Amino acid sequence: MKHIDSNTHVRGESVYLDDIPLVSGTLYAAVFDSPVAHGKIKSLDTSEAAAMRGVAGIFTSKDIPGENQIGGIIPDEELLAGTHVHFCGMPIALVVADSEESARAAVKKIKAEFELLPIITDPREAKEKGELIIPPRTFQLGDTHAAWSQCEHIFEGRTETNGQEHLYIETQGAYAIPQENGAIRIYSSTQGPTAVQRTAARVLGLSMNQVEVDTTRLGGGFGGKEDQATTWGVLCALAAILVKKPVKYALSRIEDMRMTGKRHPYSADFKIGLNKQLKIVAYEATFYQNAGAAADLSPAVMERTLFHCTNSYYVPNVKATAYSCRTNLPPNTAFRGFGGPQGMFVIEAAIATAAEQLHIPASDIQEKNLIQSGDTFPYGQIAVSEANECWSKTNRLYGIKKLQQEITDFNNRNPLRKKGIALMPICFGISFTKTLMNQARSLVHVYTDGSVGISTGAVEMGQGVNTKMLQVAATIFSIPSEKIKVNTTNTYRIANTSPTAASAAADLNGKATEIACTIILQRLKQLAADDLKVPADSLTLKEECLYAHGEKTNWSWKKLVTAAYVNRISLSELAHYTPPDIHFDATKEKGHPFTYHVYGTAIVAVTVDCLRGIYEFDSVKVVHDFGSSMNKLIDIGQCEGGIVQGIGWMTMEELLYDQEGRLRSNALSTYKVPDIYSVPKEIIVQALETTKENAAIFRSKAVGEPPLMYGIGAYFALRNAVKAFNPTATIPFDAPMTPEKVLMSLYPVPALEEIKEEEKKP
Amino acid sequence: MAADESPGMVLLDFIRYHQHLAGTKIGCREGDCGACTVLVGELIHDELQYHSVTSCLVPLGNAAGKHIVTIEGVNPVTGSGTASPGLTPVQKAMADAGATQCGFCTPGFVMSLTGFCLNDTEASKENAVAAIDGNICRCTGYKSIERAADKIVDLLKKRKNENILQFVTAQKILPEYFTGIKEKLQNLAAGKKTPALTDTAALDKRPHFVGGGTDLYVQKHDEMKEADIYFLFNQPGLDSIHKEGNKCFIGPSVTVSDLQQSPIIQEAFPSFNRYAKLVSSTPIRNMATIAGNFINASPIGDFTIFFLALDAQLILSDGKTKRTLPLRKLYKGYKTLDKTPGEHIEQIWFELPGKNTRFHFEKVSKRTHLDIASVNTAIFIKMNGDSIGRVGIAAGGVGPVPLYLQKTAAFLKGKNVTEQLIREAIKIMQTEITPISDARGTKEYKTLLLGQLIKAHFMELFPPLIFV
Repeated sequence: MKHIDSNTHVRGESVYLDDIPLVSGTLYAAVFDSPVAHGKIKSLDTSEAAAMRGVAGIFTSKDIPGENQIGGIIPDEELLAGTHVHFCGMPIALVVADSEESARAAVKKIKAEFELLPIITDPREAKEKGELIIPPRTFQLGDTHAAWSQCEHIFEGRTETNGQEHLYIETQGAYAIPQENGAIRIYSSTQGPTAVQRTAARVLGLSMNQVEVDTTRLGGGFGGKEDQATTWGVLCALAAILVKKPVKYALSRIEDMRMTGKRHPYSADFKIGLNKQLKIVAYEATFYQNAGAAADLSPAVMERTLFHCTNSYYVPNVKATAYSCRTNLPPNTAFRGFGGPQGMFVIEAAIATAAEQLHIPASDIQEKNLIQSGDTFPYGQIAVSEANECWSKTNRLYGIKKLQQEITDFNNRNPLRKKGIALMPICFGISFTKTLMNQARSLVHVYTDGSVGISTGAVEMGQGVNTKMLQVAATIFSIPSEKIKVNTTNTYRIANTSPTAASAAADLNGKATEIACTIILQRLKQLAADDLKVPADSLTLKEECLYAHGEKTNWSWKKLVTAAYVNRISLSELAHYTPPDIHFDATKEKGHPFTYHVYGTAIVAVTVDCLRGIYEFDSVKVVHDFGSSMNKLIDIGQCEGGIVQGIGWMTMEELLYDQEGRLRSNALSTYKVPDIYSVPKEIIVQALETTKENAAIFRSKAVGEPPLMYGIGAYFALRNAVKAFNPTATIPFDAPMTPEKVLMSLYPVPALEEIKEEEKKP
Repeated sequence: MAADESPGMVLLDFIRYHQHLAGTKIGCREGDCGACTVLVGELIHDELQYHSVTSCLVPLGNAAGKHIVTIEGVNPVTGSGTASPGLTPVQKAMADAGATQCGFCTPGFVMSLTGFCLNDTEASKENAVAAIDGNICRCTGYKSIERAADKIVDLLKKRKNENILQFVTAQKILPEYFTGIKEKLQNLAAGKKTPALTDTAALDKRPHFVGGGTDLYVQKHDEMKEADIYFLFNQPGLDSIHKEGNKCFIGPSVTVSDLQQSPIIQEAFPSFNRYAKLVSSTPIRNMATIAGNFINASPIGDFTIFFLALDAQLILSDGKTKRTLPLRKLYKGYKTLDKTPGEHIEQIWFELPGKNTRFHFEKVSKRTHLDIASVNTAIFIKMNGDSIGRVGIAAGGVGPVPLYLQKTAAFLKGKNVTEQLIREAIKIMQTEITPISDARGTKEYKTLLLGQLIKAHFMELFPPLIFV
């Protein structure tokens, strides 16, 4: 089934935040944000700006009726800076005016003076200075200390992974409209309508039932609108309440890139020990997460780094410690994978180090250590694994050794073009690691004409969650999809929602929808069963007809619905779902946090132009564990999109902050995401086709995040290609592997010294 | 339609916020994402031709007398507003292939692919992909979009000798009303008047000369809104490319796409399309002028480097007096020009490469396409028997201005090409450049890279020479 929004998408008729028809009298907001990364606000002069034509108001922290606080996990982030600023781009004042231009022009007239304070941009420096968001956490399995003596080979190293800008093509934005009795409606481009609602209530001093948040769809989210959409929703609501007029703010791209947080950069140290048979005996890692200036979701992201520190491998002795380090960058936040990719990169680097030192392909080590069912993850959960199944199907379909041989042959033939290949197995846990967030509700109405309306807490952002909700209802009711509509995500219809995140929205909301539809169906069946004098469980619905013991009856879907209404039987249901058997004890760092895991294996192949240092990806060949996909078109699309986004993170997407904490890659001209020419020439995604039971909706496993991590293979494929040209290259593990880093690795240091000698000459 | 808005306002704002046509999206406002792509139809030699542009960089003045097509103008009327609206074959291919996820970039892709259907280029996958090279999608990874493009190519292959507009309307790629556009534009053109470039009264106001606006509107779209603008595209005759002897003359409103379509250029530079593919994207190339690239004075301007190697000459005019200036003397310092505020480029000319001449252009950027170069370079060599006669080497990204490498050229002159010679030349080159570390790379990288690209020049031009 196609994405249910595809018709309006291709006709340009889908409605996004900036497309909502405006209520007359609507004002436009713009933010005056900090030009310095750390400082005390000495003075703030808004008088000239306030006197400008069209300006309706300028608001600062002093105007906030409730609490000046937007921190979700930890209350450590002000909406508008009061006395201090902690990052470049921190909102200080909000201007509202009768046009976007007037608002932005007024922002330029605001004057502020700062007493500059020391700036930290490096997480290790932050850790040294004790600037931690939360106390460090350690996951432990076995005893690494004792295990080192059993190791034949021990390797140590250090890695850096840079952050990643979400670059949803629709920027952040919100539109707030005051309602009667002091209530407010906020249209928000958010993955977390409840977060916007809760925070708006807190800041405005309202109760949550006075704040309606409505989201039709997002033009991309990728985690960037999970927590960070809140600021804009709340700012618009604040201004709307204060000026008593509707207020809209759709950020410009540069504002968005400057003021919002990104994927966390990480610095890490590793130590890995293997025995003679190449089994990983022990693994230690220390992660320094660059959290930015406030907690945001960093503690949860850090936790998932620890959960995924051994990726798809079983290691009997593990010790992994993570520090969430406070720096003067915008608070970093969720991004597809949520800390998992950063954890996986480090163990892949450790394996690559071992392989390089031992002069064997990394795949020899990877294959020998894949986690098997019954093995224990470092956090205590027992694996139900598909890791070996995915790997061996990958080998069966694509031939790992054959590909490796072809590449060796190619490299022998070509002096200036070198190919590299890397295997990338993945294992990703599905569930919010904060157990309480694993709950969802679905409200299903069947109308008297037989049409169905569904409301859930899930937010559609392109991933097709609404299509899956519709499929659930269409399957349970056995009615055509045209009879079903999925409504906007609205906090008045569905309360206390978890954000659409953690790849879990289809499962949680889908299961709730399944329950709601099943309950309604049961009522309808009972009604017919009483009439037909057969047991209700003998009845089935097929294509709008009711069958008893397989025999067609004279009851149609329409007749069932009408009869239920006439008999005063409810045609509506609000169902609640929470996955069973998940728990986690953070005091012991042990438990069973995930409903299930998603597995897969990718082979990534690249060709490097060793003259120019540029490269093209030849192919990404995957076997992915979909469970049993309920929508192949959508799920394959998630895989392809995730792979390319992962490759982007590992290759060309380079966030550059200067020493002053200013983002230098602050626009699409300086921050490059993959274009159509830079994606792999071939992406093949084959399904594992497993028959194992799983707890996903219709056995169709979550698919949002896991494929991104195949992209990590891109880094290691590039590294292998560079080594084929320059076997003695010492390449620091420092992603992304830009053309610059490739060229600098291809050509040995003496060449550069030669250049420096030349520079010294007058 | 007639509009009272300022001609300096961008077309995108006019479409979205004045005409309330919300299908054209805002992604970046700097021509780098393609979400705002629309088609522009105009009469060229009395033929109606369409090309794609990013409406965020188009001043309203450049839309005058043109047919501007947004997604709303492409949508079939049938079933509009219902649950199952009509789709054009392009839209259907996108929807069926799952080539739309969040949907925000989708109208831009639909417009670019529709523009491809209106082009006279060969119906091939390569050309279809080239048509969407300016559209960024963050969701799909492009593979489903490629599959949709395949479907469209299959459809276009059915076209035999029919007129394009007849074919696309018959196939319902575009609505029927497109067949009447030519006549409407002819009527509009009849009433159009633009002051000539010799109109001193118009020039005395010191207007901004705007060609495609692709740099100007990235940098200062706010201040351009109310600026006094002289629109070069509205002035006939400024887009000519012609030959006099072995000299090629280029008018000030000639775009990169114009060069690509010129038989003179194609003959002189057989690899021209390969070079152009490294420069921005299809919609930007449709707007960006060569003269604008020179005057923008970016030290990294791709076509500045290209023409610098050819030692191109500029004819500058202030409306009263003219002078000729070599392009290499235009740049006095970072973004400082040997040009008075009243002067504009009236013509560009250069000597066409002929027998015994060799030319090559190289560019490396973080992303190979649709990106600003880390380093770019071009070389022009006139051979004197087996040895190098005249040589021009230009390099961008390695100094405050586009560099014409005089010493390197002087060193090479009169010598036979050997590996050793080029290695020596690279050392001399390194004394001529002053790269800085910035978002496009460290100075060490740029220095190494330029050396590599010089090797690439000679490997391309003097096979089987190779540097390993």
